[in-house]
Amino acid sequence: MSNATSPSPEAAAPVPASRAPLLSVNGLRKHFPLKGGLFGRTTGVVRAVDGVSFDVAEGETLGIVGESGCGKSTTARLLVDLITPDDGQILLESRRLGVDLDVRELRRHVQMVFQDSYASLNPRLTMEDAIAFGPRVNGMPAAKATALAHELLAKVGLEPRRFAGRYPHELSGGQRQRVNIARALAFSPKIVILDEAVSALDKSVEAQVLNLLADLKKELGLTYIFISHDLNVVRYISDRVMVMYLGEVAEIGPVETLYANPTHPYTRALLAAMPSMDPDRRTEEAPLTGDPPNPINPPSGCRFHPRCAKAEGVCSAGSPGLFKLPSDRHLVACHAAIPGSGHSLAEMPA
Amino acid sequence: MTMPLVEMKDVTVRFHGARTVHAVNGVNLTLMPGETLSILGESGSGKSVTLKTLLRLLPENRTEIGGEVRVAGADVLSLDGRALANHRGGVVSMIFQDPMLALDPVYTIGDQIAEAVMRHEGVSRQAGLARALDMLTRVRIPSPERRMKAYPHEMSGGMRQRAMIALALACRPKLLLADEPTTALDATVQIQILLLLRELQREFGMAMIFVTHDIGVAVEVSDRIAVMYAGEFVETGTVRQIIREPRHPYTKGLLAANLHGAVKGERLDAIPGAPPALETKPTACSFAPRCPVRLDGCESARPPVAHFDPGRMVRCIHAVEPAMA
Repeated sequence: MSNATSPSPEAAAPVPASRAPLLSVNGLRKHFPLKGGLFGRTTGVVRAVDGVSFDVAEGETLGIVGESGCGKSTTARLLVDLITPDDGQILLESRRLGVDLDVRELRRHVQMVFQDSYASLNPRLTMEDAIAFGPRVNGMPAAKATALAHELLAKVGLEPRRFAGRYPHELSGGQRQRVNIARALAFSPKIVILDEAVSALDKSVEAQVLNLLADLKKELGLTYIFISHDLNVVRYISDRVMVMYLGEVAEIGPVETLYANPTHPYTRALLAAMPSMDPDRRTEEAPLTGDPPNPINPPSGCRFHPRCAKAEGVCSAGSPGLFKLPSDRHLVACHAAIPGSGHSLAEMPA
Repeated sequence: MTMPLVEMKDVTVRFHGARTVHAVNGVNLTLMPGETLSILGESGSGKSVTLKTLLRLLPENRTEIGGEVRVAGADVLSLDGRALANHRGGVVSMIFQDPMLALDPVYTIGDQIAEAVMRHEGVSRQAGLARALDMLTRVRIPSPERRMKAYPHEMSGGMRQRAMIALALACRPKLLLADEPTTALDATVQIQILLLLRELQREFGMAMIFVTHDIGVAVEVSDRIAVMYAGEFVETGTVRQIIREPRHPYTKGLLAANLHGAVKGERLDAIPGAPPALETKPTACSFAPRCPVRLDGCESARPPVAHFDPGRMVRCIHAVEPAMA
């Protein structure tokens, strides 16, 4: 299949227009072969990430939302080269990974915090060793690395004297996640990717960690890529939001535009599926039926068309690709929103 | 006057082992037939333990249960043998967060449901299978005839959840206990399951106790909410009362932490600290160490319990009783 969404020129447009983006991703693709049968032949392909392009400007927070299997975590892992992409470019400050930027340097600038705070930490390392480990293997003298670890612990709100010598099992989930954030900061990164980093925490603890993330961002001038399934949290923390569906970008735009004026039918369904907070206006109808399909052999054309109420012939025939809407920095991949696409709801081309 | 379906009086649950945990510390609860209550709380607050007490699912040799639990007239804490087996699944049924653990992996869905019906109602296998098919249709599993012969691993997450609901409701229980049944589901599937539960609850006229940490979910499914903290109900009331006039500082904190309507760029009103470890029985207000409005007395004495209308309770020194009481 060659019609995987071609990276549209609009998607790569620098944001803001005057400056080159801090991070730029172009046509990122990762397919996982499914092995099976008698001789381990390839029996299928999981199209986990299929032609994803986006930019992240310095100092902004990009939220990525979508359901399981949409490729949001694979995208995050591709960004730090934990998985090597099949195709596509990753540019950090206009330097391309694999050309004039090597993996070690990329990872110094782009750090990641995962959902499972316990699995992320070596159970046999104390907190100060866990944080000092990275800098030390990168050549920092041990005493200096330990001092840095103490400084970072204090920065994330854990008193070094009490917490430096503790092991992961002696900490609560919220405290462990603070340590993971401290460790991510040990290289003074430019970008921190938070992959469902607050999802496993209790609500009251989650709010504390979100406050911490806001403080750190302001103090250190960080840029966040914030992956979550919680649309309330994403709305609160993000400047822009990217909605993914089955390995593709469905819609991307400034947070208030996207929440107030969702254009892709899938974005609308996601927002409508949020539980109501008003007892007098409870949800009466589920916006979608059935489970999200898995990304093995995804549908032809627009991948959302089998579940879309507005699907027409054109939707199964061709992939819409990201189209730039007149409103500022708002892109959507839906035939119904693209003038002249042949969809009956689309405007005629001028 | 109709009799309450569930009555819990001063229920305490204590676990013994390497260390003692006072998981539930004096829960009082009355539930009428057909009513839905959500127990809202964070991990370790004792909400799941409260549910399991109603089914006597806690390990007997390490658990000490005090107080009184009555469901449909039966004294649950003294049930045993055949009577307990009839209680479980016949009168009270439960659904869980992980259907893979609730369903038997080596039997087909149809056989599992049929077996439960045969066991509880003493009907033939054929009648059991007919009920299974009926239940799979009611929970809106597509092509139910085909799915009767499916094993749990052959189904998607949302469909397994539906199959577990079909199994739980097959014997028409009077009370359904739901322990975070939608927490692991995707957003668009979660809302489907919530609407299905609401509809089945109305259709079967059963009562439901729904345990969740998500206020939005509680609003969608329930009539009343009980907010639980450190093994106690700290506030109870109708959904409207809890959402619109929360009186306990913990409830207020939880509502703020939901981020619904939180203003971007503004600091969140986060509750500091973490819940207590519950190794000793609380002798003061359990929430006092984290409370933004605590007074001197809060950390030395048990907080007063203010009762307003029936079903409206606040366990806080700041909640004032109405003048006439």
